[in-house]
Amino acid sequence: MPRDVIVLLGVNHKTTPLEVREKMALSGGYEQPLKDLAAIGGLKEYYLLSTCNRVEVLYTTDRPAETRKEVLELLFGRAVPPKELDRYVYQYENEDAIQHLFMVASSLDSMIVGEAQILGQLKEAYRNAAEKNTSGLILNKLLHKAFFVAKRVRTETRIGASAVSISYAAVELARKIFGQLDNKSVMLVGAGEMAELAAEHLVGNGVTSVVVVNRTLERAVNLARRFNGRAASLEELVDQLQHVDIIISSTGATGTILSKKDLKPVMRERRNRPLFFIDIAVPRDLDQDINELDNVYLYDIDDLQNVVEMNRAERDREAVKAERIVEEETLKFSSWLDSMEVTPTIVELRRMADEICRVEVEKTLGKLKHFTPKEQKSLEKMASAIVSKMLHNPVQYLKADNADHSNQRHGRINTVREIFHLNENGGKETERNP
Amino acid sequence: MSYLLFQISFLGYFLAMAAYIVYFVSQKNQVRLIARNIILAAGILHTLNIAVRYYEAGHTPITSQHETVSFFAWSIVWGYLSFRWRYTVKNFGTFVSVMTVALMFVAALASREVLPLVPALQSWWLPVHASISIIADGFLALACIGGIMYLLQEREIKKKRFGLFYSRLPSLDALDKLNHHCLSIGFPLLTLGIISGSIWAKQAWGAYWHWDPKETWSLITWFLYAALVHQRFTVGWRGRPAAIMTIIAFLAVLFTLWGVNYFLGGIHTYAS
Repeated sequence: MPRDVIVLLGVNHKTTPLEVREKMALSGGYEQPLKDLAAIGGLKEYYLLSTCNRVEVLYTTDRPAETRKEVLELLFGRAVPPKELDRYVYQYENEDAIQHLFMVASSLDSMIVGEAQILGQLKEAYRNAAEKNTSGLILNKLLHKAFFVAKRVRTETRIGASAVSISYAAVELARKIFGQLDNKSVMLVGAGEMAELAAEHLVGNGVTSVVVVNRTLERAVNLARRFNGRAASLEELVDQLQHVDIIISSTGATGTILSKKDLKPVMRERRNRPLFFIDIAVPRDLDQDINELDNVYLYDIDDLQNVVEMNRAERDREAVKAERIVEEETLKFSSWLDSMEVTPTIVELRRMADEICRVEVEKTLGKLKHFTPKEQKSLEKMASAIVSKMLHNPVQYLKADNADHSNQRHGRINTVREIFHLNENGGKETERNP
Repeated sequence: MSYLLFQISFLGYFLAMAAYIVYFVSQKNQVRLIARNIILAAGILHTLNIAVRYYEAGHTPITSQHETVSFFAWSIVWGYLSFRWRYTVKNFGTFVSVMTVALMFVAALASREVLPLVPALQSWWLPVHASISIIADGFLALACIGGIMYLLQEREIKKKRFGLFYSRLPSLDALDKLNHHCLSIGFPLLTLGIISGSIWAKQAWGAYWHWDPKETWSLITWFLYAALVHQRFTVGWRGRPAAIMTIIAFLAVLFTLWGVNYFLGGIHTYAS
């Protein structure tokens, strides 16, 4: 009686380029694909996860080889030709699948390791599967365990605590200077891709207003519209400094556009409210001296890069800890699965023994007509007590020691099934094991 | 009895400090909660200690060196706890507990003898003037601690070299707000303390102001804080200059409290 296999098929940002991922993403929501998967007979429990960086399907089956083809065909057949699919799709089974799921949940497999979004997406994906009743005993337990692992990683390591990209580093620094970023405003001087990205992150973290200053006003107006902000010309730069808190500068200018001398009166006007300059232009736009002013902070691209490197080193250290947690929990879950494996055998064994007991008791009582009901009860009790005592050791033998290697467990299950002849009469019934 | 309570609360503060330092290094939240409970318990015991001593001495226990410094530590702890109730400043507790333990240590070294009250002090102005002044000093001490934390954090951000403090201390804005809060409570109390002292002086010695060294120094202290508060409100002084000024002004507070007695003497020196 082979156990069902847990299979995980998927693509992510590591294996698959964005153009292909875009086509594979389940953009229409989970409902339809979950319904479609029901048509594949070999799937017992399954769920789907689709985010911008990954599409994964996890299922249990007793025919892993056949179902792989069917599932891939059904989910991605229209988007990508099957030959190409094999190049992108990774497949994990059992312990590896469990470990991969835990890694994903704890954000160790994410593009930005430690980001918190994935857990929410995973919960959403699971909710859909649970509503459609496509998850069962194993998957419910597995997904809940995954949420638990993610929480453990988050509380026991500092994996999510540090910023590992330039724009995240800028946000983190801004937080250390301003505390809350609500009601703060950011000014973009010059429009570059990196400046836009940093501005986007700041807006995503609470910054409310955006001012764009550019040499060509048209460009400024266009960019400002994207952020619901306003545009200003380069000549107004110094005046605009009154109204903003964070300045991201990325002009193509060869000289500096702002010096300490320009800033002094501005700080007086601002009543010394802090200013945070982020200079990501090369060559630099801002005079290094302005960092010397009180309540003015200047970071250039190298400074930010240093923050990122520092954080990356810390994150790598934390990732090692996190992976240990994942491994530990994978082992725990696997041994739970193994213990599940013996359960059907134990149930069958009991059922068989009870059946024998019932039949024999009826036979005997048929002959002993003079027994009072009380005496009949005693006899029944005795018979079932004998059965229980006889079964005690075989059951203990099955359950014995979780740390044991699973091959030995298989051997033990087979031994017991053979001795008690469970394979002949119980074969059909065990098909529907939990 | 009161000494036993003093010792227990001293021990409590010490344990709280140890726990806060462990928290500072490890950043484990459970440790912070433990430290917080210990400091709260120690603060309550300390309150009991002062109450019992009041009962035993028969007068407000803010006259001897031991009593004054102990009451100073008490004000810092309760000033801190009252803040904690309103808003949190990350790792403030670590610094506060170190300062508290240092003060309690000074108090433990001083003579614990209950001295009979000299006639000049036998007035209901004693509890009013002394407690207001010391509680003011407590808040000013908290402002000073905030200032130190600000300087530590600002240094790392300005120099772009991130060490022990960057991730552990709160934002500059939070520390500057802390400074503002503490000053806006401490400064009015300091003013009240001086006014109440002056009225008492009129009753006891017949004149509002004697230019006794303690009075002179408390006036100097008051001017330092007045300048700081004035600058904050008018031209928006904040950040590093404000933090440095807070620390300097607090040194003046400490000198008024101790230095004057040791170096200058004067009519405020009752027990030595």
